[in-house]
Amino acid sequence: MRVIRNTHRVLIQGITGKQGTYWTERMQAYGTNVVGGVNPKKAGIVHCGVPVHASAKDAMAAGGFDASVLFIPPLGVKDAALDAIEAGAKHLCILTEHIPVQDVMYVMAAARDAGTHVTGPNTAGSVTVGECFTGFMPAFNERIFKPGPVGVLSRSGSLGTLMCQNIVSAGFGQTAFVGIGGDPIIGTTTRDALEALDTFDGTRAVTMVGEIGGSMEEDAAEYAAGMDKPVFAFIAGGAAPPGKKMGHAGAIVMGDKGTYASKKKALEEAGVTVLDTPSQVGEGLKAVLSD
Amino acid sequence: MNFEEYAAKPLLAEAGIAVPRSQLAETPAEAEQAAGEIGPCVVKAQVPTGKRGKAGGIKLAATPAEARNAAEAILGMEIAGHEVGRVLIEEQSTIAREFYAAILNDPATKGPVVMFSTEGGMDIEEVAAETPDKLKQAAVDIRTGFDGARASGLIAGLDLDGSEDAVAETLVRLYLAYAANDAELLEINPLVVTEAGAVIALDCKYVMDDSAIKRQPDTAPKGAPEKLTKLEARGEAAGIKYIELDGDVGVLANGAGLTMTTMDVVRHHGGHPANFCEIGGEAYTKGKVALEMVLEKPGVKSLVVNFCGAFARCEVMMEGLLNAWEELTPDLPVFFSIAGTGDEEAIAMLKDRLGLDPYPDMDAACRAAVRAAAGEGA
Repeated sequence: MRVIRNTHRVLIQGITGKQGTYWTERMQAYGTNVVGGVNPKKAGIVHCGVPVHASAKDAMAAGGFDASVLFIPPLGVKDAALDAIEAGAKHLCILTEHIPVQDVMYVMAAARDAGTHVTGPNTAGSVTVGECFTGFMPAFNERIFKPGPVGVLSRSGSLGTLMCQNIVSAGFGQTAFVGIGGDPIIGTTTRDALEALDTFDGTRAVTMVGEIGGSMEEDAAEYAAGMDKPVFAFIAGGAAPPGKKMGHAGAIVMGDKGTYASKKKALEEAGVTVLDTPSQVGEGLKAVLSD
Repeated sequence: MNFEEYAAKPLLAEAGIAVPRSQLAETPAEAEQAAGEIGPCVVKAQVPTGKRGKAGGIKLAATPAEARNAAEAILGMEIAGHEVGRVLIEEQSTIAREFYAAILNDPATKGPVVMFSTEGGMDIEEVAAETPDKLKQAAVDIRTGFDGARASGLIAGLDLDGSEDAVAETLVRLYLAYAANDAELLEINPLVVTEAGAVIALDCKYVMDDSAIKRQPDTAPKGAPEKLTKLEARGEAAGIKYIELDGDVGVLANGAGLTMTTMDVVRHHGGHPANFCEIGGEAYTKGKVALEMVLEKPGVKSLVVNFCGAFARCEVMMEGLLNAWEELTPDLPVFFSIAGTGDEEAIAMLKDRLGLDPYPDMDAACRAAVRAAAGEGA
């Protein structure tokens, strides 16, 4: 995956809905280069100051776009995403939670063939700090996002937001935030996001917010082992009972799979500092970033 | 959502996979009658969990009287926390070979994976760990599906005693059942070859993708929803994810990740969370119901409220929570941590209506809540 820049032309599928409208206005105010929207029933109107098209393909024909952000209900995502992929989107940001997994896998297969990078589903979006954002992160809150040297990635929007606030409270700021999403099958994995942040201009340290369930943190540890930059990780769910889905579909311990202990061990062996609580990130960053 | 064997097997039959004749029985008398029609049978506890055999939940019966006795022993038994209320009376099979077949959603390949092993009837995780070469796997492009050629390729080189074509056909049909029913796991263990050479599914495990329940209106009602406590069921009805735990520090937060973390931090400071209660996503306006549920849990001695607004806005969650607090006037120490979208408005509302300030971070709020629950001053 690549971090979205303000040079990317962004399309909003579902722009005319309540949430689509609210967040499009905020994205525009922050600097996101929104060039159009999609709603098959409202094609031809201007909404949030940009033209609304019947499809992503129409939007591509009418001037083009690079990335699309989907404010689309669960059962509509497959068609909307395929529309954007077939139109030639380079990036998709799928915010929706509770999409049937077989639909998600269909979109992933189509995206892979087309070379489209997918972030999500079930993500709060991403922020290129001081530049633009996609989704519904509070990028504009200066106590949460401030330009600085830390790259942040998170499966959870709420916890990622908290981590970003802790980083700012400690006197630092972020290069970019990548929300990867809380579903078991997602386009941009922890490892993909870690690599994108590691190679992003200005990043001097990375903070990773993971959760119990799956093996993405273990996979990311392999990449972290080869990094020169310090990496801090917080893994949520250490106190969660096994066999229960903890709010996120992907956050579940099955037998000895996806446990807190397994993730902590893999990350620590890769040289990552695993934090006991999110509040500890400030002290950790001070130790490695203060000159 | 899990499905019990009796509800899962008809999905295989619909896809053209042979299953033994069977009848469901809820009483020993029904079991006896069913066995009279079926003949020598197996009496199988119907619970949405594995390892029924080891727990004594599966018994052979040669006669209707034996079936009655077996049903008497099994009905009412508890297996992995599930009380057995039904048994499946199924005709006995003469087993020559036992195989394993399954299809599941694989996060690594981001698609379905078809799995087959000649080591059926065993715990497949043991097979995968100890003899991984005996577990054959094929990643599937869900857009094109899984055809006979791929199925034959998967089992190529295995000696299946002449049942190769029938097994390949079964795998193709299993894939069709998987796709038609939005399975996240569809497993036949064991898939047997009888002495007469027939390939039949002796057991079936089916887990439906929870996100697909709405578009499976015919199949979903036959599932066995997760066993919920009274409070958990109330949360589900209200669209709030609530999980009851056994501690004494109530937890109310927004977002799955933040709610889990609040539990973690309570535990880190030596406390015990009483619940997981998340009001993020679409539920973020439901502060009132959430507070009622957290308070109703017996033995809760303190409460930590942890809001970090992103999509969910702090002032909206705070409005709902304060309304509920003023209505319920609980006699419970409460500790807040507030950050993110709408935090300033929320903090002003808290000060104005409850006369409280939030703690500077969640560690401080959780630590104070843990101390209060232990009867110490904050």
